[in-house]
Formats: sequence, C-alpha cells, structure tokens
Amino acid sequence: MRLAGFYIFAAVVALLPVLFPDNYFVVVVGTSAGLHVILAVGLNLLIGYAGQISLGHAAFFGLGAYASAILSTRFDWPSLLALVAGLIAAGLIAWVFARPILRLRGHYLAMATLGFGIIAHVIMVQATQWTGGPDGLAGIPPLNLLGWQVDGDLQWYGVIAAAMLLVVWLSLNLVDSQVGRALRAVHGSEFAARMMGIDTARTKTQAFVVSAVFAAFAGSLFAHQQAFVSPDSFNLTVSVELVTMVVLGGLASTFGAVCGAIALTLLQQGLVVFEDYEMLIHGALLMAVMIFMPQGLFVGLTQAAHRLGSTLARSKFRRSLD
Amino acid sequence: MRRLLKVFGVVSLLLAGIGLAHAADPIKIGSFLTVTGPASFLGDPELKTLQMYIEDLNAKGGVNGRKIELIHYDTGGNTKDAVNFVKRLIKSDNVDVLIGGTTTGDTMAVIPNVEKEGIPFISLAGAVEIIEPVKKWVFKVPHTDRMAAAKILGDIRKRGLSKVALITGDGGFDKSGRTQVLELAPNYGITLVADESYGNKDTDMTTQLTKIRSSGAEAIINFGLGQAPAIVTKNVKQLGITLPLYQSHGVASQTFIDLAGAAAEGVRLPAAALVVAEQLPNTDPQKPVLLAYKNKYEAKYGPVSTFGGHAYDGLMITVAAIQRAGGTDKAKVRDEIEKTSGFIGTAGVFNMSPEDHMGLNLDAFKLVEIHNGTWKIIE
Repeated sequence: MRLAGFYIFAAVVALLPVLFPDNYFVVVVGTSAGLHVILAVGLNLLIGYAGQISLGHAAFFGLGAYASAILSTRFDWPSLLALVAGLIAAGLIAWVFARPILRLRGHYLAMATLGFGIIAHVIMVQATQWTGGPDGLAGIPPLNLLGWQVDGDLQWYGVIAAAMLLVVWLSLNLVDSQVGRALRAVHGSEFAARMMGIDTARTKTQAFVVSAVFAAFAGSLFAHQQAFVSPDSFNLTVSVELVTMVVLGGLASTFGAVCGAIALTLLQQGLVVFEDYEMLIHGALLMAVMIFMPQGLFVGLTQAAHRLGSTLARSKFRRSLD
Repeated sequence: MRRLLKVFGVVSLLLAGIGLAHAADPIKIGSFLTVTGPASFLGDPELKTLQMYIEDLNAKGGVNGRKIELIHYDTGGNTKDAVNFVKRLIKSDNVDVLIGGTTTGDTMAVIPNVEKEGIPFISLAGAVEIIEPVKKWVFKVPHTDRMAAAKILGDIRKRGLSKVALITGDGGFDKSGRTQVLELAPNYGITLVADESYGNKDTDMTTQLTKIRSSGAEAIINFGLGQAPAIVTKNVKQLGITLPLYQSHGVASQTFIDLAGAAAEGVRLPAAALVVAEQLPNTDPQKPVLLAYKNKYEAKYGPVSTFGGHAYDGLMITVAAIQRAGGTDKAKVRDEIEKTSGFIGTAGVFNMSPEDHMGLNLDAFKLVEIHNGTWKIIE
C-alpha cells in the first residue's frame, strides 16, 4: 500500500507507448522527461530531504555523460562498463568534495556548489583533446546491454523508463528508511539531529553521493541516447533548471520531483509554438505556480483534487437532503 | 428537409476544402536555428532570410505549383534541444528537408538522427568535420574554417614570412580555427612560434601579446568572434607591435571596424564576397546575386551579414533541387542537391559532388585589408 502511488505511476509509464507508439510527445519528449526525473529525484534527496542546496548538479550529469562518451569512443570500453565507471567516478568525486562543501551553509553552500559546477564546465570546454571542447564529442556508440543494442526512440523510451522507475523506487524506499529519517532530522535542525545521535556529516555526505550517482546515471544514458555530448548540455542553466524542477514539483516529496521534472519538460516543448513569447509565458507560469501553490505542483494538485472531491460530496449530500 | 440540405452543404464544403488542401499540399521545410542565446547574431539573420525568401517564393506561386511552409524551432544554442527538435520536425511535422544547425555543435548533434531517418539536411555551420568524412544526407553551404586558415597562411607565405604566432579564444569557433591553423601550417612551410589563448570574456590580452612580441614571430593570426578580436587588435597597437595582424572571417563585419577603431588599419582577413559586394568588378558573376540579396535584406531588416547569406544559399539550393527532382521524394532531392553545379550563391559558386558536400573552393573567400575604415580587396 505504501508503494501504491509508485505502481500507478509505473502502469501509466508502461501504458503510454503501447497506446501511442509513434507519438513524438510520448517517445521523444517522454525520454527527455525520464532523464529529468532521474536527475530531479536525485537532487530532491539532497535539497528536499537533507535541506542542502546544490547549484552545480549539472556537473555530475556531465561527468556521467563524458565518462561514457570518452571511455566508449577513445578506449573502446563496452558501454555498460563505461556506465559503471562513470557512476563510481561520480560517487568518489562527490564523496571527496562532500565533507568540505557540506560544512558550509546557506548562501556559502550555494556559492561553493555554483563554483564546482562552473569549474566542471570550464574543464569540459578546455580539455579539448579529451572532451572535444566546445564543439562536443560525436560518434558515441549505442548502449549495449549484454548483447542487446538499444536503438530507436521506442527502445530508448523503454530503457530510460525502466531506469527512471528504478530510481524512483530506490528513492521512495530510501526516504522511508532510517537514512531518510536521519536526512529529515538534519533538515529540521542539524543541531537537534546531532543531539539525537545522528552523524550529520555522514548523513549529508550520503545524500550528496547518492544524488551525484543518480545524476551520473542519467548522464551516461543521455550520452548514449544522443550519440553526442557537448558542454552546452551541462552548464549553469541546466543546474538551475534542475533546482527549478525540484522546487516546482514540491520539496521533500519524491513524486513532487517527478511531477516537477515532467511538468517543466512538457512546458518547454509545449511553449515553443509561442516563439517570441515563449520565455515570457514560461516565467509567468512558474511564478503563478509558486504564488498559488507554494508547496509545489504535486501537493497543490492533490489538495485541489481533494477540495474538488469534498465539494462534490457536500453538494451531493445537500441534494439528498432536499 | 431544409436541415438535411444544410448538413449536406456543410459536409460537401468540408470535403471540397480537404480536396483543395490536398491538391496544394505544401512543401515543408524544417528549420532549427539559434535565434536566441550567445549565437543569436548568427541565427537571427538566418531565420529572417528564410522567412523573407519563402514569403517571396510563395507570392510567386511557390515551387512546382506547391506553396512552401517553413516550420522553425529555436534551439537557443542547446544541442539537446536541437536533437529533440529535429526528431519533432521529422516525426511529428513530417518535413521534407532540413535547413539549419546554426552552430557546429547543433549540427554535429543531429547528424546521427538525420542519417538514420534519411532526410536531406543542409547545415549552416562552419566546421569542416560536418562534411569530412562525407555523410550521405548531410550538406553544408558556409565556407569552412579550414578554407579561412588556408587563405591566411597562403597570404603569409606570399609575403615571404614563415614564423607565425597564433592567439585564439576559448569558444568553439576559436578552437576549431586553431586546430586548422596547426594542421595546415606545415603544408605552407610555416612554423608556429607561439600559441596563446584567452577567455572570450577577457578585457585585456596584453600579457599574451607581450609573450608573442618576444617569440620572434613575423605575423600574428587571431581566430575569434565578437569583442575579443577587437581587443586583441587594439592591444597590438597599444603595445607598439608592428607585425602584420590577420583576423578570421568571424569578424568580417562593420561592427569589428567600429570596435577596433583606428587600430584596425592594415588588418587583413579572409571575407565572404558579400562584405565587399560593391567593390567587385562588374564582370564577377557573383556580383548581381550579392547585390540583390544585400539590397533586399537591408530594405527590410538593416545591415546585412554573411550568416543570413548562408541561409539564402541553403534555401535556393534546396528549392532548385526540388524543382529538378519534380517533387519532394527524399532520396531524389538528396541526389539533386549532390548534383548542384555552377550555382551562384552568396558564399561563392557551388559545385557539389559525391565526394564534396559543400562544393566551394578557395576563390570563394576574398582576402581583404582594412583601409581607411573600410574593406579593400587585396586579391
């Protein structure tokens, strides 16, 4: 019952391509949305649950992508091995940086993570002999899963949907475990959490590492799916977009992050028809959500549904009295 | 009865409408350009040019009796969006050809999809790697950075100089230009004695230029876009360096002369003929094409740029190919684009072949020198 929401979500994700196998918004935008969900759910563990901001998360996304891209093109590693190497590298780097960075709070933490993201981007641009520089790295082979080559939009939808469901499931279980409770305690009051015997530094590091590994996972899949990577896809704007997804969907809720990621992806794709006014409408909608649903889309929408339900029930009750 | 008649009338009107729409099924041209963001100075004139000429063609009755419909998405310079928009253009909008990919990054990112789906694609980006090795469905119309490097190195050799200092920024255009100079220099018997770089947002390059001054260089080459090359030019003057300074085609616009001011005197660069259209001899077959484009664009939008010219070349080559193919069959249109020969565009005279999907030769670039605040053709 605890995972009822997850099963419904999984069923919808599985049914969509069966109903619309050739629809651009399902198989192409859906794949993008899936990657964003993985990133947002991971970042939500850090921002939403542990209460630590990160404005440099695109760096880990890029790390996974470039690890897969470089290892599979320049060293001919099998793609699955390159993916695992990317995850390990992201985890290690996150672990090394976590202690000094997460000692900072508030604005200082924001500054440090911002700097981290910018440095990572500069490396992607400057290390031309490895990364291909600003023009990017082309010719990344397709993902090979134990002999099965992932090819075509529909197959990619399947792979990324499965990866996304795995991440959502992991996250739902994680926040309901002892680690999750420790994270929320740190968010509530770091001091109080320490008084309760929680190793707060370790807890924060865990959240940082897990969210970095999730991001690198999305990055690896992204590199193989696009068959091309360039630093543009991992710059500051992307980091900010990821934070926007988490906040828009609703902090400290896995489905909030899912909701935010899907909403923002669809919004970007849906608004292109407005051309010049795209950015204007985009901004206005985001502002409206934050003003009228301060707790985020997910909570806002569920509350609205509840209210509608109870209004309907009440009016039915009144009619039965008449 | 009257109601039945009404319904009948409406239905027959609808059917007639569908029939009409079908008879004049438009030719769909899909486009993805960088109209916003840092590279918008490239994408904006490209989009305006496409819109202006498609409107024009439609006013004249379209191509093969069919109207042209332009479907455009702005990538904002984000390669991920470029990939998704190309999928959308192919799958959802069912376009017949693609013209776009303002930056090399955007173009390279979409090539795997274009090749897989099999749709003719004319790229508006510069790097030589787009067409080398040749890709079946991919063509490009702008000059390559390799041609610019070759033109510069050729002129340096002609002057009898052999030691060159290179200074470049950290952008894609800069990096790619640097690679081409490094690769080609030995062919021209030229050695590089310095290879300096700067950040494109830097406001002073005297440190790098001081190093170059003491390197024994006989000429300086600078590859860059925007403000930075103007700053380099000014710094060279301020340091009293009298070596010949070469800039790239990336600064072939009046803006550069305005920014660099008096320091720009004597700077040489390869430029598309569009920049010096008025100065071309009347015997030059390109002159009427250039002036026509220039006047048309400037009447509507203001100062012309070579980038918009690339969109003109791409569109006209496509339209001619569709006319010759007698329809929009993708394979036939592709074959016809490949057979483009003797087409006079703004970038030069195009002669494409199965081995060359650009079809321009070094003559397409004019070597110009800045003289009294304006361009002078050297050769």
